Amino acid sequence: MSDTAGPVLAADGRPLKVSLNRALRREKLRAFLLVSPLLLFVLVTFIAPIADMLFRSVENSIVQETIPRTTDALRAWDPDETELPDEGTFQALYTDMVFAEELKLHTRLGSRLNYEKPGISSLFRKSGRSVGKFDTKDYEKAYTDLDAAWEDPATWDRLSREGFPGPRTASAYVGWRETLIAEGDDPLEEDPWDVLFGALHSDLVAYDASYDDPLLQAAKTASAGLDPISYTQQFEDIDEDWTNPEVWKTIQTYAAKYTPGYFLNSVDRQLTPEGVTTRDDNERIYILLFQRTLIMSMMITFSCILLGYPIAFLLANLPMRSANVLMILVLLPFWTSLLVRTSSWKVLLQQQGVINDVLVWIGIVADDSRLQLINNQTGTIIAMTHILLPFMILPLYSVMKTIPLSYVRAAKSLGATDWTAFWRVYFPNSVPGIGAGSILVFILAIGYYITPELVGGTKGVFISNRIAYHISSSLNWGLAAALGTILLVAVLILYWAYDKIVGIDNVKLGG
Amino acid sequence: MKLTTTLLATGALVLSAGASFADGHMAGDMTLVSWGGAYQKSQQRAYVEPYIAANSGVSAIWDESSAEAVAKLRAMNEAGNVTWDLVDVVAADAIRLCDEGLAMEIDADEVLAAAPDGTSASDDFGDLLVSDCFIPQIVYSTTFGYRTDLVGDTPPTDVCAVFDTATYPGKRSLEKRAINNMEWALICDGVAKDDVYDVLETEEGQAQALAKLDTIKDDVIWWSAGADTPQLLADGEIVMGSTYNGRLFSVIEEQDQPVAMLWDAQIFDLDGWIIPAGLPDDRLARVKDFVKFATDTQRLADQAKYISYGPARASSAPLVGKHADLGIDMAPHMPTDPENAKNTFLYNYEFWADYRDDIEAKFQAWLAQ
Repeated sequence: MSDTAGPVLAADGRPLKVSLNRALRREKLRAFLLVSPLLLFVLVTFIAPIADMLFRSVENSIVQETIPRTTDALRAWDPDETELPDEGTFQALYTDMVFAEELKLHTRLGSRLNYEKPGISSLFRKSGRSVGKFDTKDYEKAYTDLDAAWEDPATWDRLSREGFPGPRTASAYVGWRETLIAEGDDPLEEDPWDVLFGALHSDLVAYDASYDDPLLQAAKTASAGLDPISYTQQFEDIDEDWTNPEVWKTIQTYAAKYTPGYFLNSVDRQLTPEGVTTRDDNERIYILLFQRTLIMSMMITFSCILLGYPIAFLLANLPMRSANVLMILVLLPFWTSLLVRTSSWKVLLQQQGVINDVLVWIGIVADDSRLQLINNQTGTIIAMTHILLPFMILPLYSVMKTIPLSYVRAAKSLGATDWTAFWRVYFPNSVPGIGAGSILVFILAIGYYITPELVGGTKGVFISNRIAYHISSSLNWGLAAALGTILLVAVLILYWAYDKIVGIDNVKLGG
Repeated sequence: MKLTTTLLATGALVLSAGASFADGHMAGDMTLVSWGGAYQKSQQRAYVEPYIAANSGVSAIWDESSAEAVAKLRAMNEAGNVTWDLVDVVAADAIRLCDEGLAMEIDADEVLAAAPDGTSASDDFGDLLVSDCFIPQIVYSTTFGYRTDLVGDTPPTDVCAVFDTATYPGKRSLEKRAINNMEWALICDGVAKDDVYDVLETEEGQAQALAKLDTIKDDVIWWSAGADTPQLLADGEIVMGSTYNGRLFSVIEEQDQPVAMLWDAQIFDLDGWIIPAGLPDDRLARVKDFVKFATDTQRLADQAKYISYGPARASSAPLVGKHADLGIDMAPHMPTDPENAKNTFLYNYEFWADYRDDIEAKFQAWLAQ
């Protein structure tokens, strides 16, 4: 064949590659269609919920959605220049709170911000109860006394189309309308609330304009004569904390739709108004727990290899009949409930437990210095090694089953000692089993939480215990999601490193 | 063709029947959420069985999820499919659920029955209505039990015995969370009972409480399930430990273990129902009917026959009788009994709603270090 020869052609004159691809494409499509139900199932029930949960680690739209006017107003506030935000911000907060309270959203926001600054939860709860009793009632009375048309929702509807005297009224009206619609009420049938009159008054006195509409013009003339109310004062009357700049700074810091706050929290840092700071020594916990989780999981994996390897070897090399009995012994605990197994370890390991009793009886341990085997790291490692052992033995066994005995015999016939034959011939062949078992055990261990919770005491708990706590007790799902994401990424990195060092092709679950 | 018509007709019939049920009628099934174990059994016997006997066609399904109720209810709410009708939670969780808008606000006088003498429900429950969503059932306390055979000749009478490892050597068990432990630590560090929460509000106060706990850190087994302390006491693994008073009652009276109560500085807490927000009308009607029955004066008094928790109504207290199976008087085993309640401590819900996340973080960091 010469160097200039073109691509290999098929019988119909097309390049063979193209022809082959075409034939394969149909095969691929069929294969894809066959797996698509499973793929769809996994996407909908597994990938999508996980993605949704992970997304919560940065998502923070609750602040903007609940108090939009306040967060807008706060954008202009510089805490270095004025101690507190201006009166307009307090009025914006009032407007937001009235609507949020009606829909019972303010307390939810309070719990969210309470994660960042203790005390905000009750501040919001308290304020929600009081925003219905603001002095804006006086405005309502004054305007409706002036002209009964102000009581009619149709007036407000008309003005919304013809133009309100200013943005505050417009924004308050939109909020009012939306709140009523959200509650299933008709905005054309409900009496306007005092918050609207408060906004109207602010707008009328703020702009030096005259109106063609006699209703507005009359209201404008009357407005100047009304005593202005101080929203700042009203909030201060509810709780002095509203005049604490720290509260406002916290709201300002967490006003953004997305926040790195949860991730910073999960590495013992904190997003404060002054920037990212490291947490005090007495509040640092997560990095310690991450380290502990990784180290203990590795120790558990290693003990599983140590204990599992000889058993798997025995299983693979005994005659079928005795191997089957042994196999059942391996599988029996596997079929027993996890809680039962963990609880029985309690009975065995505690200081008045079976193991300590036996040791004292033999005389190895004095009665007054019984061993501390549970409620610490030892307890977690013992119990979890036992629970995860089958995940090590089974892949090891299935790999060992495939190593021909003739290899070892051949090695021996060439003069190798038993040890050399094992170490140089048999062991390298079983490494893929160790790899598979280790990955299984390690990944299961890193996410375990029931066993560490029950036997781990304080030093033997994993990061997953904190994740569970934040999911089910503190309801700080954002932080739980951030911790979970970090854990997931850590596992992926380790998997990648494993692939680089050992090679994932060297992992065998059997065959 | 004929089959299709029949099917359609039946379908329409079922639909219209369903619709007519929705307005005004009550649903037949209720899903009740509780804690399982002896407590749920007391509810089953004291008011669920009598209610079903009186209302034929009604059935109750139990879901033992109260420990994760807040998280699960929030998830159900986000998914837009709340399958629970009535949820038993501790008061602190009820406040959280109310804050999150997940529980329905109720008007106690409208939803709950008045006392037999005509006292309105809100007066009968009194201060125990700690949240607008909360329907109290029982008063329980977290308190200490000790092994009578391990404390020598001078059984403890003071809660500070927990911190006194010289007089009472051995392990003790405490709950693996900040709530209650911080209060006891401060009381035993010389803080007056009334000042506890003022002190705990400050960084120094929190440090003080942790420092006090630090003196016994190596002697403590931390529990997370209510059954842990009874088991540890029964096995002789600990000298004394905190848990719910009902659990100690069953160790002492039902299992006859050498254990006694140390009622000193017991911390009262409440447990009760909440109705999830947004139930459809027919289910809501059924639940309201059930709750009115289940929390009336006689029913709450009946519950005390099966478990040693105090009824939440003032009017129920005189009606508390004997244990249904053991035949012993229940009144002396109630946390609210004057003899037991000489020195009690009232849990501050508002405080913990605000400071729980912060103090808990510090407490857990302290534990892990």
